[in-house]
Amino acid sequence: MTEDKKDKKDIKATKPKGKRLKPKKPKIPRQPMPEQEPKERIHNFNEVPYGFSIETAMIEAARCIQCKKPVCIDGCPVEINIPAFLLAIKEGDFEKSIKIMKNDNALPAICGRVCPQEDQCEKLCVIGIKGKPVAIGRLERFIADWERKNMEISIPEIAPSTGKKVAVVGAGPAGLTVAGELARLGHDVTIFEALHKPGGVLIYGIPEFRLPKAIVMAEVDYVKKLGVKIVYNAVIGKYLTLDELFNEEGFHAIFIGVGAGLPYFMNIPGENLNGVYSANEYLTRANLMKAYDFPNYDTPIMRSKKVAVIGGGNVAMDSARTALRLGAESVTVVYRRSRKEMPARDEELDHAEEEGVIFKLLTNPTQINGDDDNWVKSMTVLNMKLGEPDSSGRRRPVPIEGSEWDLEVDTVIVAIGNGANPLLTEATPELNLNKWGNIIADDETCLTSMMGVYAGGDIVIGAATVILAMGAGKRAYRAMHKYLMTL
Amino acid sequence: MNQILEKKIISEGVKDITISSQHIARKRKAGQFIILRIDEYGERIPMTIVDSDPKAGTIRLIFQEVGKSTYSLGDLEVGDEILDLVGPLGKPTHIENFGTVVCVGGGIGVAPVYPIAAAMKEAGNEVISIIGSRDKDLLIMEQEMSEVSDRLLITTDDGSYGLHGFVTNALQNLIDEGVKIDLCVAIGPVVMMGAVSNLTKEFGIETVVSLNSIMVDGTGMCGCCRVTVGNKTQFVCVDGPEFDGHQVDFKELMMRQSAYLPQEKEAMDRYHKCKLERLAAQPGGK
Repeated sequence: MTEDKKDKKDIKATKPKGKRLKPKKPKIPRQPMPEQEPKERIHNFNEVPYGFSIETAMIEAARCIQCKKPVCIDGCPVEINIPAFLLAIKEGDFEKSIKIMKNDNALPAICGRVCPQEDQCEKLCVIGIKGKPVAIGRLERFIADWERKNMEISIPEIAPSTGKKVAVVGAGPAGLTVAGELARLGHDVTIFEALHKPGGVLIYGIPEFRLPKAIVMAEVDYVKKLGVKIVYNAVIGKYLTLDELFNEEGFHAIFIGVGAGLPYFMNIPGENLNGVYSANEYLTRANLMKAYDFPNYDTPIMRSKKVAVIGGGNVAMDSARTALRLGAESVTVVYRRSRKEMPARDEELDHAEEEGVIFKLLTNPTQINGDDDNWVKSMTVLNMKLGEPDSSGRRRPVPIEGSEWDLEVDTVIVAIGNGANPLLTEATPELNLNKWGNIIADDETCLTSMMGVYAGGDIVIGAATVILAMGAGKRAYRAMHKYLMTL
Repeated sequence: MNQILEKKIISEGVKDITISSQHIARKRKAGQFIILRIDEYGERIPMTIVDSDPKAGTIRLIFQEVGKSTYSLGDLEVGDEILDLVGPLGKPTHIENFGTVVCVGGGIGVAPVYPIAAAMKEAGNEVISIIGSRDKDLLIMEQEMSEVSDRLLITTDDGSYGLHGFVTNALQNLIDEGVKIDLCVAIGPVVMMGAVSNLTKEFGIETVVSLNSIMVDGTGMCGCCRVTVGNKTQFVCVDGPEFDGHQVDFKELMMRQSAYLPQEKEAMDRYHKCKLERLAAQPGGK
């Protein structure tokens, strides 16, 4: 049902100008994916979409016309052989399909769920020129889920041991990718993870209803089966420094994939009132610490009645929808630009809207007001209008003077992004950083200013997506393998 | 991993445990803390490292049983393991030879002030320590504090031991005596740290306080521990835990520490109920 609304916007923009290709109108329509009804799902944390059945998947895969020059692959940061895996699904050879998939992507069950396909492979799909593009993401999810349900997870051939030790800092999407690939090449890989569970943002950030944790754990198990060791509760920079990893622990190369992990606040009055959360904190309590199941789990979270979420990205939608599931009577997303500029995926926005999240667009908070006991009671906001485009090309929001009004809330969740966490970089002065504190790494090789040290994902490019982190992991592992084999 | 090797009860509801942890023992410096999670259902709680033995690979924690998590930790026995232990976290105390350093510890705050007093002494400072509690039975670490202090002053609220009064009274006495204090380190309940900071501000004595905010990850990722210091928001876990006492907004800190009081009570009631049921289920129990 999200389908119809969604396809109107982006696809038109992809129409090629000039010479018209005039592809035939596809006969089979894009297959819808069944999902939990909004009324029902706001009372549980179960995954919203149910996924394709075998029959639907085969019909959908048959929509792919097997282009000679498959442009969809250009849109994929990890260059999955999309037509080949789709063809295998169409032919019902699911084992072959998952094999093709896993050649390029070790974490398909995750990517099939959280990748912004509408801006990547599906945006370029030629079928999308006249109709709706092939549902590549949903088929990726289908094939990964099929494998998990029907097969012993297949372990690819692992090269003989090279005798080289690699340390990976952070068990998020970038680190897991690098670790898995290097282990396949015969290197001895250990991941050092600061938290008590693996997955990084996949486990602490993205909620269960969007990415079931059992899936993350299955993907992590796969990486472990490739021979990767994971040490938990190990904050590199504090527990061990990079120097110590090289000189005392005998590692030959290091990959840093620590993520962004330093929440931005608005710097407006009242942000330290009780009831104001960073999205990181709110989601970490709910997801990683399972506060939604308090008191069975010890970590508490506020059972709020009226919630405001500041921001317009996927994390803001995750926070808003989590708040609803925790029993909030009303959840309002406050965003300073218009819906068109919201960075969240259309599917997330649609899901949030269907569930009853209220959107106050062109609205910017100016202060949070508290009661005598330091608790949030309201948030003062200002109406905005769109002015001239700014450096990002988006029209700049301009305040409308005198338009302040108060939104009555007891909880405010700030979801306006993350900066670079300085814990590791502060302890490692040899690493060159940009002015925002992100590690400077080569675009192609991910090599940093320190010999043998590579970095990728959010700590390099700033808060972005799971698939971009994995793409960086792909580039890094190739360069690291080359480097290791020269030692 | 993280096995409890020793356990002592050092006063009513105050426990002193030694845990094996090679890396933390080796890396830890005075003023740093760990975060622990007792079991799969546990929350992540921060605690200052009181002492460590790098050779034996052990760290020592002292804690007061105040809520469900600390009671559960207190229930663990020698040989039991703590599921997760992460550290050392936070910035170490800035240690140098300042001259005369007064170390003030109130209640359970004596435990985190002890490693700082020891390090200050080691750096050549004259260390004068003031430790206080509600009454004589609740006073902890008197012997150890005297070993690392040139002078040790004791106060009790009820006068059952040492000076009758608060730690601030003893500090005031020192100032009145004309002792030239180069630095004051104060750790204890928020009210106490606030009172000490007020007093030292009046006399222009530089004061460091160590804050025990609510935390989740302890690595700067969630921002739960934020505190206002000199009108700027700081994260206790990565910018602290020590700050200039004259700049800290103690009122806000106290309010933030009480954010989950109703849930803490609910968890505690449930803990007591479960414990009673467990005891009753044991052979010979009722």
